Amino acid sequence: MRGAFATFVALVRRDLVLAVREGGALGTALGFFLIVVALMPLGLGPDLNLLSRIASGVLWIALLLAALLSLPRIFEADYEDGALEVMAMGELPMEMVAAAKSLAHWISTGIPLALMAPMLGILLNLDLASAPVLVATMLAGTPAISFLGSIGAALTLKARRGGLLLALLVLPLYIPTLIFGISTVNAASLASDSFWPSFAILVALSLGSAVLGPIAAAAAVKFQIQ
Amino acid sequence: MKLAAESLVLVRGSRTIVDGLSFAVQAGRALALTGPNGVGKTTLIRAIAGFLTPASGTIRLDGGEPDLTLAEQSHYIGHLNGMKSSLTVEENLAFWALYLRDATAVALQDRVSDALAGFELDVLRDIPAGYLSAGQKRRLGLARLLVARRPVWLLDEPTVSLDARSTELLAAAVDRHTESNGIVIAATHLALGLSRTDELQLSPHRAVA
Repeated sequence: MRGAFATFVALVRRDLVLAVREGGALGTALGFFLIVVALMPLGLGPDLNLLSRIASGVLWIALLLAALLSLPRIFEADYEDGALEVMAMGELPMEMVAAAKSLAHWISTGIPLALMAPMLGILLNLDLASAPVLVATMLAGTPAISFLGSIGAALTLKARRGGLLLALLVLPLYIPTLIFGISTVNAASLASDSFWPSFAILVALSLGSAVLGPIAAAAAVKFQIQ
Repeated sequence: MKLAAESLVLVRGSRTIVDGLSFAVQAGRALALTGPNGVGKTTLIRAIAGFLTPASGTIRLDGGEPDLTLAEQSHYIGHLNGMKSSLTVEENLAFWALYLRDATAVALQDRVSDALAGFELDVLRDIPAGYLSAGQKRRLGLARLLVARRPVWLLDEPTVSLDARSTELLAAAVDRHTESNGIVIAATHLALGLSRTDELQLSPHRAVA
């Protein structure tokens, strides 16, 4: 069991090193996040009250789309260079491989995106007092994006230009996370009692997807490498 | 130890590729799979590696570790090398040495050094794998065989892009492996000059209408 844990950690560490050295994925995701948010005031006009009212929703949606861009990278590179096949022959179950790769994706993409959100919030006249809550909900909610996204990434491995298909597959799965992420932020800004229940459900969604996502992703990967 | 397949039927899509094949490889022997392109050599090797479930028939390793599957006791060298271009040669091998945990008590660093030496990659150890030539990449891919001790080696066209010297290194590695009671199954149309080798000639399967 100790050996399996060491292998799991080694895999997470390798994916993080690759994310840092290859850099492109995170840069693209952060840039996309910035552009989408920056376009909003241009499209909606300079009504500061309107912007600050919709800021948290816009940031959440832009974050989902930005994270979506980097999802294919969870499995694609390892599939293309044959590393995924070698991993399938290791003693670590494919479910744990999928979990390790999703976790590395969350650390290398989800966390930076969440931390960048308050800075982009300035563009939308986000009430700075609510920024810590916004970041907290994003940190709690983004694991669901990576773990559920790994299912779509695994299913579209063999599809050429599967990015759009991936979006169609996984965006609906993000609806609960989006709803409870926004409702948590709203509850905090209204100082209402529903903050903790909403936050708890958001965390539960992430924990649930961390368990179920890798099982489904592993089944899809095993099918794809036949 | 013995790797045995019994009345194996392998199907891809609606095509039967291998029909009713039986063979056995004893410990310390190498089996060379030969036959024309498209005859099912890769499919057979991938089935042994556990990627493809046989439509019927069995593949068994008798006398191996009872707790491990055949795939977990095998090395598979396919058409792809499974190495990351932004990691150095040594980092790539160190990762696989850790990932493909082996049963022997040999320290990880020693296993990596042995693998580097076995395919003459010492001088390249600090170079990112992306900068290697095709033949050097192939040697790096093959070096994975030596980072973790596993009894069964499955080699699919292992000599692709290797020069004569590297082919000798591979032959030597295969020879040492069979000498220490390992099993090798290799699909190749180049004679590897292996001793202790049997040949299994696959012939095209005729589909019955």
